[in-house]
Amino acid sequence: MLRKISLRLAVTVLALLLLCFTTMVRAEEQQEITVSAAISLKNAFEEIGKQFAAKHRGVKIYFNFGASGDLMKQIEAGAPVDIFASAAIKEMEEIKQKKLLLNDSFQRFAVNEVVLIMPLKASLSLNSFDDLKKEAVKRVAVGNPKTVPAGRYAQEILTYFKLWDTIKDKFILAENVRQVVDYVARGEVDAGIVYATDALAMAHKVQTVATAPVQSHQPVVYPLAVLKQTQNSSLAKLFIEFVASPEGKRILQQCGFNPVK
Amino acid sequence: METSVLFSLRLSLQVALAATVLVMLAGIGLAYVLALKKFPGKDFLDTLLTLPLVLPPTVIGYYLIILFGRNGLLGSALYNWTGFSIMFTWYAAVLASFVVALPLMIKTTRAAIESIDKNLINASYTLGHSETATLFNIILPLAKKGIIAGTVLSFARAMGEFGATLMLAGNIPGKTDTMPLAIYTSASSGDWSKANVMVIFFTLISGSFLYIANRFSKRFV
Repeated sequence: MLRKISLRLAVTVLALLLLCFTTMVRAEEQQEITVSAAISLKNAFEEIGKQFAAKHRGVKIYFNFGASGDLMKQIEAGAPVDIFASAAIKEMEEIKQKKLLLNDSFQRFAVNEVVLIMPLKASLSLNSFDDLKKEAVKRVAVGNPKTVPAGRYAQEILTYFKLWDTIKDKFILAENVRQVVDYVARGEVDAGIVYATDALAMAHKVQTVATAPVQSHQPVVYPLAVLKQTQNSSLAKLFIEFVASPEGKRILQQCGFNPVK
Repeated sequence: METSVLFSLRLSLQVALAATVLVMLAGIGLAYVLALKKFPGKDFLDTLLTLPLVLPPTVIGYYLIILFGRNGLLGSALYNWTGFSIMFTWYAAVLASFVVALPLMIKTTRAAIESIDKNLINASYTLGHSETATLFNIILPLAKKGIIAGTVLSFARAMGEFGATLMLAGNIPGKTDTMPLAIYTSASSGDWSKANVMVIFFTLISGSFLYIANRFSKRFV
């Protein structure tokens, strides 16, 4: 009787130990990469990440979304990131100049447009960038040009229309472009300048007033690169290939991005 | 020192000062009521007023946006009436600081009032003093230490407000970036030298406030 119990006990302990081992081995086998991406890529990259993970079992992708300028500073300060996707060439160039890119190279993978938006339920009528001069327009949200590429494009556009200095007092500076969208969606501001893709993602709460003409700002091109410090360059490269694959392109296009010419 | 640092410092002091004045007015009144009155719903009011002490500032910020945002419950009425919205102004920072500092004022003052010998209060009434006269001549002077300690603590807490302020007032350089927000911006954008100055400055100011508060009241902190 006693022997039977001790046998059972031994078997149970062994089974538990084995279970622990297998999960530990599994955890070790699981590969993961961290992608720091411009927050305007959020919807597209989350979908791409889901599809990628479905194709490669045991792979885990962590996303760190934010203003490209903030992400750049994090990487320069040594954040453990494998891939950087920026909303402007400028931030990527700076990372490249600091010799932080694998093979010193990056690729362009998407193009975006800049638009003026206002709340869907707006009491004002806006038809153009010029209407921002109207006295009824009290608050205009733009990204902080120091760290937010969308804010920099906004500054270029408003300077092009000779509005930047005129409406300076109306600016509400946001920390990233999605915050601009959120301020507009909540009706806290009368208008905001964001990417066409952001307006699309929030189409149930905001409406597009005007699209900025191509000549009014630097082209909005998204670059993507593997960082030199990556611990998993093969997986990182696979991810980048997937973004550039027909399937990746399809997802980007669904979210409103244009292909690179 | 850089002008932006000086601006943030001035704004922080201005916000904390305004919030502290409001906190004193509301806090002493509420502490008096909570300490000496009996009424239905007292426990509920007490819990409600203490809640900001334990809630994450982001939760407080969220509630304040729902209440005071341009489309908020109170904010929309104010906006339709005056065309003014508190969001993204320094008043929003005052509001956030007020809410988080109020419980500190109430707790300290209430404890001070409750520790007053009830016979003194009753004697004042027996001698024919009105409630107002008793409040100003007996209760407040005897609770002085607690009130001063509460005020100093509230001021320090108001100066340190970050989360709710960020959500309500934004982090707009030259407009609403109080010192805690400016430190956050500097640190996250790698501007360490500027952050260093502000961090040291802030520690010194808050440290001296706590020291003063301690001197006035040994029973708190």
